[in-house]
Amino acid sequence: MGIFAFSAPDPCNAFITRIPEAEYGDGKLAGVSIAVKDNISTKGIPTTCGSKILEGYIPPYDAHVVELLRAEGAAIVGKTNMDEFGMGTTTENSAYGPTLNPADRERVPGGSSGGSAAAVASGMVAMALGTDTGGSIRCPAAFCGIVGMKPTYGRVSRYGLVAYANSLEQIGPMAANVPDISLLLQVLTCHDPRDSTSITAPYTHTPDPDIHGLKVGVPEEYFGKGVDPRVASIVWEGISLLERLGAEIITCRMPSMDYALAAYYVTCMSEASSNLARFDGVRYGPPADPKKQWHESFQERRRDGFGKEVRRRVMLGTFALSSGYYGKYYAKAQSARRNVAADFSRLFSEVDVLAGPTMPTIAFRVGEKSDPLSMYLSDILTVPANLAGVPAISVPCGKVDGMPVGLQIMGRWCADERVIDVAYAFEEGVSA
Amino acid sequence: MISERDVLHIAELADIGIIREELDEFTGQFNDILDYFDILDQVEAGAGAETGLYNVFRDDEVVPSLPPDEILGNAGETEDGFFRAPRVM
Repeated sequence: MGIFAFSAPDPCNAFITRIPEAEYGDGKLAGVSIAVKDNISTKGIPTTCGSKILEGYIPPYDAHVVELLRAEGAAIVGKTNMDEFGMGTTTENSAYGPTLNPADRERVPGGSSGGSAAAVASGMVAMALGTDTGGSIRCPAAFCGIVGMKPTYGRVSRYGLVAYANSLEQIGPMAANVPDISLLLQVLTCHDPRDSTSITAPYTHTPDPDIHGLKVGVPEEYFGKGVDPRVASIVWEGISLLERLGAEIITCRMPSMDYALAAYYVTCMSEASSNLARFDGVRYGPPADPKKQWHESFQERRRDGFGKEVRRRVMLGTFALSSGYYGKYYAKAQSARRNVAADFSRLFSEVDVLAGPTMPTIAFRVGEKSDPLSMYLSDILTVPANLAGVPAISVPCGKVDGMPVGLQIMGRWCADERVIDVAYAFEEGVSA
Repeated sequence: MISERDVLHIAELADIGIIREELDEFTGQFNDILDYFDILDQVEAGAGAETGLYNVFRDDEVVPSLPPDEILGNAGETEDGFFRAPRVM
């Protein structure tokens, strides 16, 4: 029991909402302060998704994961900043201003769960929840030097997560070390009938650092074009450490990487164009003008309430699903997605996990990624795990130019335990 | 190539308001992004995304729901326990 109160200001703008006094309860997370990304519903606490269109919205219910955190005694201390509706790789694209990287405030923390990563990295909270649609937990974890995990699709309920791209996104843990990730995942994985994609696969594991005989696949594509050679080199050193710890390293190929990113963006934009139709100013957020005609009022509300990136994705998603283009874009993206899943299946019949960099570069400078396509391209190494629904973690792996680099470990469907063991072995190996 | 007229048409379909000054920027970006998506042309058309998916059914039982006043609490305009929306016709 007890009360959590922030002792310091928030120089990186990690939070959109801070709770003045949050109470701890009893349970596995007694005494643990947790920050929650602002697209996860919290009863009685504003939930904006980083958007003006939800300014003032106060959810009347808790997301399933928030119920679970409260039941285990965690103090929910605030809601963290994010790219609007999760659409971005930098956390600059928020109606509440950009979040800055605690390691260098001239740089972005990564995104879209940049507020959660910055809150953990700067020591403001012990742990945080993020959401990962195409890398949004792993990217900011890598850029800020913490651990972040996207669990197997279906293992954590999405009930109460404001939907952006349902078939890709998962809520996941972010923390300073692997044992904390494991503890948080124990609490988060619980079947929930309110999410029809929820599976019954509780995680009850305790991390085991013994990786003798483990087969680690390293896809050549993860060290290909666009990957900063300094990042590649430090991640290879990390992979060598796994070898010294007893793992066998096997290089391999993942040909579907050629088009995985395009398949990802077509899919998430298409799903977003449907999901974001609910923001019409009628049920929540700043109201539409009821004296105007429906379409006029709806368009005005969305023009003023959504930022440019959200409007871009909703429009491109609408286009990809429209008559005459569906076959060229959406249908092809789904075939490509199956090829990605098939590549993972083939590789996981030969190796236990796959390893590579989380991000191709270190954190960008604020304002550096002003062109949308160049920002999209930086997600190339994280989107495959979302397309296939498999678990993936990012664990700190040294620094380049003083900025953190992440080692990514991906595992078989529902083998989150194995992924955590490898990350734990690595973390222990680095500090040994 | 996507033209400015196409972008206006898509904005209308998507009910996304855009202003004149944004049109040039959106058009250029759409062309860059759609050019990149052309890489999907090399993918052979398959059976789609259905494989491996199945429906999850449950019995249609009445369970407690949130009180209507809490649901209406976030709305700008309500009337007699309903949401008030702009005119459709």
